[in-house]
Amino acid sequence: MSDLEAFQQQTRAWLEENCPKSMRSPMRSEADACWGGRNAKFSSDDQKNWLDRMGAKGWTAPEWPKEYGGGGLDKEQAKILKQEMVRIKARPPLQSFGVWMLGPALLKFGSEEQKKHFLPPIVRGEIRWCQGYSEPGAGSDLASLQTKCEDKGDHFLINGQKIWTSYADQSDWIFCLVRTDREASKHLGISFVLFDMASSGVSTKPITLISGKSPFCETFFDDVKVPKQQLVGTLNRGWDIAKYLLTHEREMIGASGGSSSGTRSLGEIAVTALGANENGELIDTALRSKIASAEIDGWAFLLTMERTKDEAKAGQGVGARSSMLKYYGTELNKRRFELMMASKGLSALEWEGDASNDGQLARQWLRTKGNSIEGGTSEVQLNIISKRILGLPDPKMV
Amino acid sequence: MALIYTEEQEMLRDAAKGFLNDAAPVSSFRALRDSGDALGWSRELWGQMAQMGWAGILVEEQYGGLDFGLNGAALILEEMGRNLTASPFLASSVIAATALRGASDDTKANWLPKLAQGKAVIALALEEGVKHDPSATSMVATKSGNGYRLNGAKSYVFEGIEADGLLVLARTDGSSGDETGLSLFMLDANAKGLSADAVKLLDQRNYANFTFDDVEVSGGDLIGKEGAGLSMLEPALNAGRIGLSAEMLGASLQCFETTTEYLKERKQFGQVIGSFQGLQHRSAHLYSELELVRSAVLKAAQDFENTPKHAGMIASLAKAKSGEVAILAANEGVQMLGGIGMTDELDMGLYMKRIRAAQELLGDYSFHANRFAKLRGF
Repeated sequence: MSDLEAFQQQTRAWLEENCPKSMRSPMRSEADACWGGRNAKFSSDDQKNWLDRMGAKGWTAPEWPKEYGGGGLDKEQAKILKQEMVRIKARPPLQSFGVWMLGPALLKFGSEEQKKHFLPPIVRGEIRWCQGYSEPGAGSDLASLQTKCEDKGDHFLINGQKIWTSYADQSDWIFCLVRTDREASKHLGISFVLFDMASSGVSTKPITLISGKSPFCETFFDDVKVPKQQLVGTLNRGWDIAKYLLTHEREMIGASGGSSSGTRSLGEIAVTALGANENGELIDTALRSKIASAEIDGWAFLLTMERTKDEAKAGQGVGARSSMLKYYGTELNKRRFELMMASKGLSALEWEGDASNDGQLARQWLRTKGNSIEGGTSEVQLNIISKRILGLPDPKMV
Repeated sequence: MALIYTEEQEMLRDAAKGFLNDAAPVSSFRALRDSGDALGWSRELWGQMAQMGWAGILVEEQYGGLDFGLNGAALILEEMGRNLTASPFLASSVIAATALRGASDDTKANWLPKLAQGKAVIALALEEGVKHDPSATSMVATKSGNGYRLNGAKSYVFEGIEADGLLVLARTDGSSGDETGLSLFMLDANAKGLSADAVKLLDQRNYANFTFDDVEVSGGDLIGKEGAGLSMLEPALNAGRIGLSAEMLGASLQCFETTTEYLKERKQFGQVIGSFQGLQHRSAHLYSELELVRSAVLKAAQDFENTPKHAGMIASLAKAKSGEVAILAANEGVQMLGGIGMTDELDMGLYMKRIRAAQELLGDYSFHANRFAKLRGF
């Protein structure tokens, strides 16, 4: 038996023993998601046990090194773990910006001390992180951010405001872009700092979106003191880290587009809702054409995600192509939800009530409108493709 | 299987690119067109390709082929698309070679060695109407002694002029529209009662209309069983569709790169027009679409070899998507080049015309989107 086969058997046996039965079904709603943190609210003992067991094994961050609490798995092993989890329909034990965003940044840019201090609690789901990037005056032009960070000798002093901070009101710590040099050109005066959301001077205010509730907040910093060892990387070079993370984020957002073999196709959804003729074809022929086009693009997009991953594995850089994935994936997702709304007709408009799960589809549809705005708008992605990939000159800015 | 090209495939691509850039650039296609050449492709060039083994790229080794796989053929077609290279490669080496895999040993021994050497060109006589629709076939094959007699007509047969052999789909039972009752025949193009008329299409390639008047074929010329013609032909059609997709990918990329270069040179209002966001965003969108086409074509060729069960669906995906994007690439090319894009002097129009034909052949967007939907259960 090869090592990988042995690993697969062990993994299967371990999951069989440790994944609670109630954690082996798809999440039904946001309430089933487990975000961990100091004030974690577990919906069941099973949910807590599942997180604790996976966290102890390091499998909430399978590919991170063991010394930082991670699973220490190689790519092939991580793939097997994922397959085995899919096989038993195991829910993700943890949703975490720490795992998705901060961790990769710390692994690449953090000091040894920072990695040892911050990574293990992320893996165990003990500290919940949020991301402080956008500001009211710095959206698409993120590098123009103004949150002030002054060197006060033994500490930094932070004043300013962030916006669109996901789950700021429920998070324990923030990784945050701040301006540390107001004289330098805008990209060269930004630093990347970490601090506790319980620090004096931090306050948050939730934002209501067109879809109803949202995870987004406004976050205010009023004379927040931050120890200087919580600066990540080099002072004034935080933009490098930000760019790295934005690329990472784009890939993640892009990945939400397209259909996959695991989920129901748009075609199936429409046939279930509206019916088919004697040949099994959706009765609304105009809608059928549109769905076919969206499904073709969805498949081709998924294949492009797959190809990009395979090329990266083979040593070819992804680089600015992540902008293409972000652009196309989010536009596609908007198209998919338009078609889902069309397929369900008047019932798709329901906003309250059990039948519609309090307007789940309508709210999701509205929420997708933000996909092509957050993480860099579609227009910004097209700018990046034009400049970085096509080599076209910068437009003259007025 | 990883969705990337193997080293062997990359080497073949490099070889194809090098050869075609030298021996068959767009200028040679243009010269061929201007000369009014009836054949539409160069026998000398085809001979050189055959020398390199391309003619038999899908033919089994025992018949003198390379048995390299469709991914290799697709790479060659992509480079041909870039150069607008005219040749019988698609018709003979991709479609016919695939169809003949199901033929009797005698038929194979009779045709495949010649095909692999490039000495025989075989075309597919399929269409009878103006849209691709194999099950609509109404040409009749009537039992006659040991064999059959064919009567009817086939139109827009690419590489039909001066073809040595013809693959013919004809009805041995049922009526137009039935998917059953069709049979596939391999016959000599010199057969008695068969007449060909050249028909000139906008892409200046080789097309013929055929009339069949009591054309005799022997029972041994039947490929597969009587009535199983459509399923015998299906892999060949899919190979052809994937081949056309690859060709259109190459042609689209050439349009796109030419256009992008022009955007960096052409100045208006005191700046290069490539600095205008209105053009940048359209270019970046086209770039994204082309990435999707590349993935679809690569996957289709891989699945054709490794996962035949999926091949039809992915072939339709590739053909639909590549045709759609190729039309966009040509349209954007002409529009962004502006007035000069409309002139015959520039190559953009040549690409636009070939793309228009290639996206129609073996099924256009509607045909394949429809088929994709059916295969996906809606």
